[in-house]
Amino acid sequence: MRLNVTVNGEAKQADDVWEGESLLYVLRERLGLPGSKNACEQGECGSCTVYLDDVPACSCLVAAGQAEGREVRTVEGLADGERLDPVQQSFVDAGAVQCGFCTPGLVVAAHDLLNRVPDPSDEEIREALAGNLCRCTGYEKILDAVRMASTR
Amino acid sequence: MTTTEQATGTANGIGTSPRRPDGTGKVRGEFAYSSDLWHEDMLWGATLRSPHPYARIKGIDLTEAVAVQGVYAVLTHEDVPGVNRYGLEHADQPVLAVDVVRYQGEPVALVAADHPETARRAMKRIKVEYEVLEPVTDVVKAVSGEGARLHPGGNIVRHVPIRHGNPNATAEVVVTGSYEVGMQDQAFLGPESGLAIPAEDGGVDLFVATQWLHVDQRQIVAALGLPEEKVRLTLGGVGGAFGGREDLSIQVHACLLALRTGKPVKMVYNREESFYGHVHRHPATLHYEHGADRDGRLVYVKARIYLDGGAYASSTPAVVANAATLGVGPYDVPNVSIDCWGTYTNNPPCGAMRGFGAVQAGFAYESQMDRLAEACGLDPVEVRLRNAMSEGSVLPTGQVVDSAAPVAELLRRLTAKPLPPAPLEERDLRTLPGGVSNTTHGEGVVRGVGYAVGIKNVCFSEGFDDYSTARVRLEVVGGEPAATVQTAACEVGQGLVTVLQQIVRSELGVERVTILPMDTTIGNAGSTSASRQTYVTGGAVRAACLAVREALGPLSPYELGDKVLDETVEWRHRPTETLDPETGAGNAHVQYGFAAHRAVVDVDVDLGLVKVVQLDCAQDVGKALNPQAVLGQIQGGSAQGLGLAVMEEIQTRDGKIRNPSFTDYLIPTVLDMPPMSIDVLELADPHAPYGLRGVGEPPTISSTPAIVAAIRAATGQALTRVPVRPEHITGT
Repeated sequence: MRLNVTVNGEAKQADDVWEGESLLYVLRERLGLPGSKNACEQGECGSCTVYLDDVPACSCLVAAGQAEGREVRTVEGLADGERLDPVQQSFVDAGAVQCGFCTPGLVVAAHDLLNRVPDPSDEEIREALAGNLCRCTGYEKILDAVRMASTR
Repeated sequence: MTTTEQATGTANGIGTSPRRPDGTGKVRGEFAYSSDLWHEDMLWGATLRSPHPYARIKGIDLTEAVAVQGVYAVLTHEDVPGVNRYGLEHADQPVLAVDVVRYQGEPVALVAADHPETARRAMKRIKVEYEVLEPVTDVVKAVSGEGARLHPGGNIVRHVPIRHGNPNATAEVVVTGSYEVGMQDQAFLGPESGLAIPAEDGGVDLFVATQWLHVDQRQIVAALGLPEEKVRLTLGGVGGAFGGREDLSIQVHACLLALRTGKPVKMVYNREESFYGHVHRHPATLHYEHGADRDGRLVYVKARIYLDGGAYASSTPAVVANAATLGVGPYDVPNVSIDCWGTYTNNPPCGAMRGFGAVQAGFAYESQMDRLAEACGLDPVEVRLRNAMSEGSVLPTGQVVDSAAPVAELLRRLTAKPLPPAPLEERDLRTLPGGVSNTTHGEGVVRGVGYAVGIKNVCFSEGFDDYSTARVRLEVVGGEPAATVQTAACEVGQGLVTVLQQIVRSELGVERVTILPMDTTIGNAGSTSASRQTYVTGGAVRAACLAVREALGPLSPYELGDKVLDETVEWRHRPTETLDPETGAGNAHVQYGFAAHRAVVDVDVDLGLVKVVQLDCAQDVGKALNPQAVLGQIQGGSAQGLGLAVMEEIQTRDGKIRNPSFTDYLIPTVLDMPPMSIDVLELADPHAPYGLRGVGEPPTISSTPAIVAAIRAATGQALTRVPVRPEHITGT
């Protein structure tokens, strides 16, 4: 099938999409946007989190066809040119990035949290990020990063 | 924490925490992990695996699979051109199974196709006829020789005895205990993956996530029957490792498919396949007897330790050596008798995972120290202080600890830290055991506090020629001096690339330092494991900088003009010795790392749910080259220890994995990890570069027993097995 989807503000088209493909697969393998990650592909790790019409979703759980005609914003669409989004910059500054495989999903989830709650409590940060697994950091510096981003 | 700035001519040298060079790419989603690689006209590879833990292969029929449209190749063991055996220490594992499969998930056949779904469909059409055999799944029976003989040499991979002092020593106070450690998974988030590209010279270029490029290359060339120069490896971006990438996964398979089809082949495991596609932490059964005087001073320790290596050896020999030589923990014990075995069974293969061998022993000996404290009527910290090893202590191997061993100081640091305040009457659900499941509002919740301390050897041991190779190039670019560093040392997320830049800045006084991609065009760097890369590759880069500085002579880097200085150095740490096969004596290790934890837990004693409230750590790192990265290692390592304490286990039944997914294999989330207060000590090791001490593994060792001790304190239950399950707490 042919898929029409707006990604990071640009209209995109993908041809010969097999009906069983996920939005994650289409982004990564057909549209050249591998920033969203494939750590579990079953909605447990959050590493594939993208905005789907402004709502964060695990793109591995979205069938490609469900994205037809909709707007997707991935981690690649957060920075303003060379200038990183404050959430991205805070992840770098706080040391919240080690292997970084969870980072794109966490950055999108944190970005969404700060859009909704500009000055979150620690409990609110923890709850908002509870769907994103990280295996390297023990989460302490991720919390630091979100606290830092909330002041920027 | 305290760190001292090295006197250097540039900022961002050692002792500071500059930004990671790959950090911006990672937060933008632009950093290329091995699973992100793409090539024009590439195919997808897939692996057909055995559904049985132990079976004879009676026949394989590929006819229908080959006929699937879009399939380019279907391969079996008959298509392995070289030696169909590989392994880290023993070459005992087939690239593709021949006549027998020894674990559930063992690779049997490969498919290359135009789409991952095509490959999956073709795999379903491969007909393998199995004769199912009775699997060996009990580690103790494997040692005693019961059941099928899985490999020609029998089912014992290695036995290490330790005999130190008087084997017949007796004591006034004796405590015994039997313990079990479940099979933990590294659960790195980036799946096993890579891209193999056939080359015009008949060779292959492989881009892969791994921990050790050269040992991969050695095994690949043997399997492909190609000379070394025709198999070139480059590190793809690595999404975590923790030991799980030390063994081969897709490496040979992707190369076989690429060479057969003449097309680039990408392989990516999904999460379920990843649970079958890498080795795990050895599950262990440990029997301990501690003898002490009435004051709690240890007289002897006797132990029998069984480590289940599963179907193939992997790094079992090294895991056995660590558990045996570090089996009494960081304590002075005059008389020691330990026997430690690693076995073959038909369980999933086990090998390296952060703290390998030392983690399993650590849970048992620390549980024993708590029992000893109770038997002597002593505080658990006091009994540890009375037995704490220190610089100059003699280990059960006879090796003298010849640098700082601040075990007592680490414990005192923890006791001096404030405890979290008593819980409020009205508590936020999110701070309670069970969380927003709304299982309690505080009723039935009991608080407990526990301590533990651990020891880990750093770098490779037992006489291994442990070295790294580094190349440093210095030139003037655009009027500014610039350095370039090349090594084959795998950056797996820990931040080695940052630390190597810092070393060059400090040594050469040059701010601009570029780290080249890691590949096999330069010599061996050894593995990113055993907490060794900053020590060994850091040492090699420093040595290469010193060679550049010598070539520079009295000039400043600004005065180089058109001259290019380019030095390659091989650097090794001081040699170690093998263990005596009868007594386990020998100066087998080069350095030790020590960490201690204090855990505070709230336990819902009615439901058996645990909330770790606080997890504090004190660790000696010798010298914090990058204080921020050091904290990151301690926090991450402690989290993995928390996982082993209360949630993480690959559950097997009759050799089959029951929970190969993140739905059923749970790792800590941000809601599970408590705040940590961390003290970092910097007591220089005079034998190591900059005095540094390996950082990554020690925090994983003491985290687990400290949390379990805290749960015991809250519940009064014996808790002899990790991970602790709700039914262990409730006794139901």
